[in-house]
Amino acid sequence: MSARAYNFAYLDEQTKRMIRRAILKAVAIPGYQVPFAAREMPMPYGWGTGGVQVTAAVIGPDDVLKVIDQGADDTTNAVSIRAFFAKTAGVATTTQTERATVIQTRHRVPETPLAEHQILVYQVPIPEPLRFLEPRETETRAMHALAEYGVMHVKLYEDIARHGHIATTYAYPTRVAGRYVMDPSPIPKFDNPKLDDCPALQLFGAGREKRIYAIPPYTQVVSLDFEDHPFERTKFDSACAFCGATDSFLDEVVTDDSGGRMFVCSDTDYCERRQAALEKEAAE
Amino acid sequence: MSAPLLAVEGLSKRFGATHACRSISFELEEGEALAVVGESGSGKTTLLHMIAGLLPADSGTVLYRNRDGVSRELGIMSEGERRALMRTQWGFVHQDAARGLRMNVSAGGNIGERLMALGERHYGRIRASAQDWLERVEIPANRLDDSPQTYSGGMRQRLQIARNLVTAPRLVFMDEPTGGLDVSVQARLLDLMRGLIAEMGLAVVLVTHDLAVARLLSNRILVMKQGEVIESGLTDRVLDDPQAPYTQLLVSSVLAA
Amino acid sequence: MIELLAVEGLAKTFTLHLHGGRKLAVVAGVSFVVGPGECVVLGGPSGVGKSSILKIVYGNYAADAGRIWLADGSRVLDIATAGPADIVAARRRTMGYVSQFLRVIPRVSALDIVAAAARDAGLEAPAARARAEHLLERLHLPRALWPLPPATFSGGEQQRVNIARGFVGEHRLLILDEPTASLDAANRDAVVDLIDERRSQGAGFLAIFHDEDVRARVAARIVDVSAFSQREAA
Repeated sequence: MSARAYNFAYLDEQTKRMIRRAILKAVAIPGYQVPFAAREMPMPYGWGTGGVQVTAAVIGPDDVLKVIDQGADDTTNAVSIRAFFAKTAGVATTTQTERATVIQTRHRVPETPLAEHQILVYQVPIPEPLRFLEPRETETRAMHALAEYGVMHVKLYEDIARHGHIATTYAYPTRVAGRYVMDPSPIPKFDNPKLDDCPALQLFGAGREKRIYAIPPYTQVVSLDFEDHPFERTKFDSACAFCGATDSFLDEVVTDDSGGRMFVCSDTDYCERRQAALEKEAAE
Repeated sequence: MSAPLLAVEGLSKRFGATHACRSISFELEEGEALAVVGESGSGKTTLLHMIAGLLPADSGTVLYRNRDGVSRELGIMSEGERRALMRTQWGFVHQDAARGLRMNVSAGGNIGERLMALGERHYGRIRASAQDWLERVEIPANRLDDSPQTYSGGMRQRLQIARNLVTAPRLVFMDEPTGGLDVSVQARLLDLMRGLIAEMGLAVVLVTHDLAVARLLSNRILVMKQGEVIESGLTDRVLDDPQAPYTQLLVSSVLAA
Repeated sequence: MIELLAVEGLAKTFTLHLHGGRKLAVVAGVSFVVGPGECVVLGGPSGVGKSSILKIVYGNYAADAGRIWLADGSRVLDIATAGPADIVAARRRTMGYVSQFLRVIPRVSALDIVAAAARDAGLEAPAARARAEHLLERLHLPRALWPLPPATFSGGEQQRVNIARGFVGEHRLLILDEPTASLDAANRDAVVDLIDERRSQGAGFLAIFHDEDVRARVAARIVDVSAFSQREAA
């Protein structure tokens, strides 16, 4: 008997069933936060336990997993989580967005457009978009139930009053399927339009707060704004220093201590493939 | 003869062995200001909270006549309906302004919240309404973007009033609106409230232990003691020609400066 | 046919619960009529109950018996038994009152006090202010005092604010309780002129004047309240 040290994908079957039931509910009610009995995971809260539990529940032996952290496949966390699933589920892993069937992400949406057979799993710290203004859980639940979302616009109003424009640049609140207001996790607002009408299934897991929510494929996701201050996508002044892309989210990298800096694509896979394509072109 | 704006019938509440309110009944017409006065333990605050739907009554009914003319019983209203009522047709001015405001939101945001809750999505218009109301409650215009944390007690109370009145409610509940404020601040605030009540034709249910406030703001009064209504009627009549022994005691006990 | 005011069989007794329930009978069987354009003066010695009768008619005191018929707009109201809402409406539309002393609300200016009363009577803010200014002018209240709260005014100045407030609403019935007691001759004349002017416009007055001179100039009839007195002999 070959005794595997862990059950497939670490969690026992009953737990995975419980999480899948929560996911089903979440998919049935887009944007609604479904409570689930999050388990203790071999990593502390704040390190992606929610995302890992969702991935563990949906991943199968034939899946190909990609894990990114702030767009990069090669940070410590992304590497660790990828290794975790390679060990406990034995699944194939990749850094290429197009080859992956399950993508777990922390705080970014890949630049490469997603397809219908793919699942994007987001790691969520605070799932409740109303929490910043309303600390009471009983009250926020009632607000969601009654669709009392006036207070979300108060937050945006405050931004404009204070900064002259809506200053929220990440975790920008959205309205899903015209009903629930949802926090898309701390992705830059640059990524918000990608959630709208996306062919892939998007799942959100918050381990510490014990909530799962979802956006089914091809669902309307609208970023909140004012008539006279409409939602605007972030524009960058420069292109990527490596691949020249002008349509991807750029990280600012400080290169020396005399103010030198450069901008590079946050999505490492996207940047690498563009670089490879440019080299190939140059070689021809 | 149309139904009254508010009809309270047999409202009762017990806390253990204490009868906080014993079968209280009264009617309120549009534009009437009713003061409920009494000492501590009279049940006036319990009564206010029950009428406003913030506290469940043990028995009795509260009927509110909507803008469409239909009277609805508060006890059987859904929570969503009641909350919507609170946001649109009703106001509640708390004694402690911090309870009725979002202290970490600017004055403009506080006033504009109800408008945004009702679907107003134009920043410029929201800001203009908030500005307008700030002026009406005599707060300097340059304080629009300040948080009420930086406001004095009197200013906070004015802001709370503005926040409540921006949707032109028909009925406003007030719980000791000037309690806790400096005497010098109270006078202007009371005058402002009197003016707004008259100008907007508001119906008011006001709880206070201060007979002078009752005289200034209300035209009808309910005197309560230990959960019961001892005397009721025209405010100046009850205060100048009290009939019941307890009312005479209450009125004669007030110190004049 | 009630043209303005008809008092029938009015009675008043004060019960002092704080003093063992002692009863102070004041008046009984009070009856009189005030017609449009008339000034009826209540006469009698001090303490006989003249002020109390005025307050009962205004609804400020309760009546123990009797009727107070007031022609209020298109209806006739019995103030003695009317509900608070009706009395408030009657005071707004028909019945005004000038007390003996101004009840001072702190920090509200003299002009605002009078303008507020005009707004209560249904005028828009600019018109209310204009009418208030006009009346204060007629009563010779110095302009410099208009933006000041009356708390520091002299008795006569306060009373002129009080009178202005009472007259600004152009009520059909005005109840006056010793309005000229603290005024000098010139100001008394101004008040008499105001009364005469209103009377010629059809307003009726129910008043107490101790000043014989003023009484002689305005009173159509004097009703001696001693006839209705229930006071125990000293």
